[in-house]
Amino acid sequence: MVRALLKCVFVIGCFLLVLATLDPALAQFGLHASPGPEPGGFAGWILAEQAKFYLQLSSLIRASKADGSAAYTLLGISFIYGVFHAAGPGHGKAVISSYMIANDETWRRGVILSFASAVLQAFTAIAIVGIAAVLLGATAHAMGNTVRVIEIVSYALIVAIGVRLLWVKGGSFLRLLRSERHEHHHDHGHAHDHAHHHHDHGHAHHHHDHGHDHHHHGEEEASAWGHAHAPEPQELKGPHWFRRGFAAIVAVGLRPCSGAIIVLVFALAQGLFWIGVASTFVMGLGTAITVAIVATIAVGARGFAGRLAKAKPGAGLLIVRGLETAAAAVIIVFGVALLTGYMVSERLMGV
Amino acid sequence: MMRFFLAALVSLAFALPAAAHPHVWVKATSELVYAPDGSITGIREHWTFDDMFTAFALQGVESKEKGKYTREELAPIAKVNVESIKDYDYFTYATVDGKKSPLGDPLPDYSFDYKDEMLTLNFTLPFKQPLKAKSLKIEVYDPTYFIDFELAKETPVSLVGAPTDCKLTTELPHEMTYAQGKTLSDNPEAATNWGAFFANKIMVKCP
Repeated sequence: MVRALLKCVFVIGCFLLVLATLDPALAQFGLHASPGPEPGGFAGWILAEQAKFYLQLSSLIRASKADGSAAYTLLGISFIYGVFHAAGPGHGKAVISSYMIANDETWRRGVILSFASAVLQAFTAIAIVGIAAVLLGATAHAMGNTVRVIEIVSYALIVAIGVRLLWVKGGSFLRLLRSERHEHHHDHGHAHDHAHHHHDHGHAHHHHDHGHDHHHHGEEEASAWGHAHAPEPQELKGPHWFRRGFAAIVAVGLRPCSGAIIVLVFALAQGLFWIGVASTFVMGLGTAITVAIVATIAVGARGFAGRLAKAKPGAGLLIVRGLETAAAAVIIVFGVALLTGYMVSERLMGV
Repeated sequence: MMRFFLAALVSLAFALPAAAHPHVWVKATSELVYAPDGSITGIREHWTFDDMFTAFALQGVESKEKGKYTREELAPIAKVNVESIKDYDYFTYATVDGKKSPLGDPLPDYSFDYKDEMLTLNFTLPFKQPLKAKSLKIEVYDPTYFIDFELAKETPVSLVGAPTDCKLTTELPHEMTYAQGKTLSDNPEAATNWGAFFANKIMVKCP
């Protein structure tokens, strides 16, 4: 039991570490590594680049008023800004990557998810500014309140996706773990521990009386964990992947990027709302590319782990299921951190 | 193995809260206000925002004359903005003789001014009670670095009614020395506060 738990913990730990390195925005602890005068190394560089491009946006929007060709430069800068900006928080790299790992999706699907969520994100920003500011003449404060409501919905959706995945993946991971332990428990000598555990669950089972027949020992244990049968992992694969992926797209893409909202309102104030709309979409394309790259790396890493696991029959599958479970747990951690405000994605002052 | 896991979790926890890039730029000037007896009573701040944030903040604000806004017309958004930064301690952190000293909520005389397409927020943060400090340090920064604060180039800070033998120095951000970087790297706790790299420091030494 303890060993299995440690295995679990180890896998989650590894995963968090990989995630932290994957995400330059999260790799802030890399600071310790370079005692030089420059703050932040890679993360600092990303920040500086973003700030530089973001600052250029306002002067280019102004310039577009007098000179149409400045609009092309604006689109170019918007694109590059998007690429860099997605390296920062709030563009779902972590959520999409974890989702890819937990669901064992192909890289092509990762790219589609990344682009779809980025386009949706551009749409929400445009819809909010278009409806609230252009049509209703609402204040920044009112727009901020709208964004806050959307944020809560999208973060709750992230938690829901994580819980669903944890249920499915964790269920099959636990079943696998139990059945393996069941086969080997004489060798490992955990008989007492195991029996005790079984008794507990048997009791719970009678108490709740959910009316299923359990023949397979491992399955019973897994069901007691959630008081329901976890669907097979295959249920999350197959031809309906996009419908399921849709939840992930909405969860990530619903929340508009505050930078886009500021740019749109600024363009509106200059009487160039459509330039702002174009800029927002191109920005979205830029962010999609970065997110897609990160998602592809995640898929590659998972594929690599899968191949390693194949070489080790038995334990290998356990590791893969463990990895998927950990990925699902990470999605929940992110969702809860965002929902509780522990992790501030992006906020707007004065709204 | 346990230790490895803990290390991973801790590094993630450290990394989580920070990491945005600035979306708002502020040029700040401050006045340190002293009482006749030589104790400091508060900090009067003037923050001039960049044109994009200005346009954003002005969205939906009505004005009689196009392109001009009076203090009265801007009063509602001044209230909203001042209230919204309460949660961030007004991005102003005071250290008195080596100890953090909390500042109170702004006095009711806060206001927005609009000039050259830019908004300036004026507000006064009082100390909980007037105090005499041998060494006073005031830092202005956003720990999450969503807002980039920069002290104005010309007379960023002035002392109002301070004892004549008090000495004022300022330290601009983006100028971390090797020694400071080293201290920071030896002290991981400091690294959680990403925005502190970009802190503007105001120091007053009085004998």
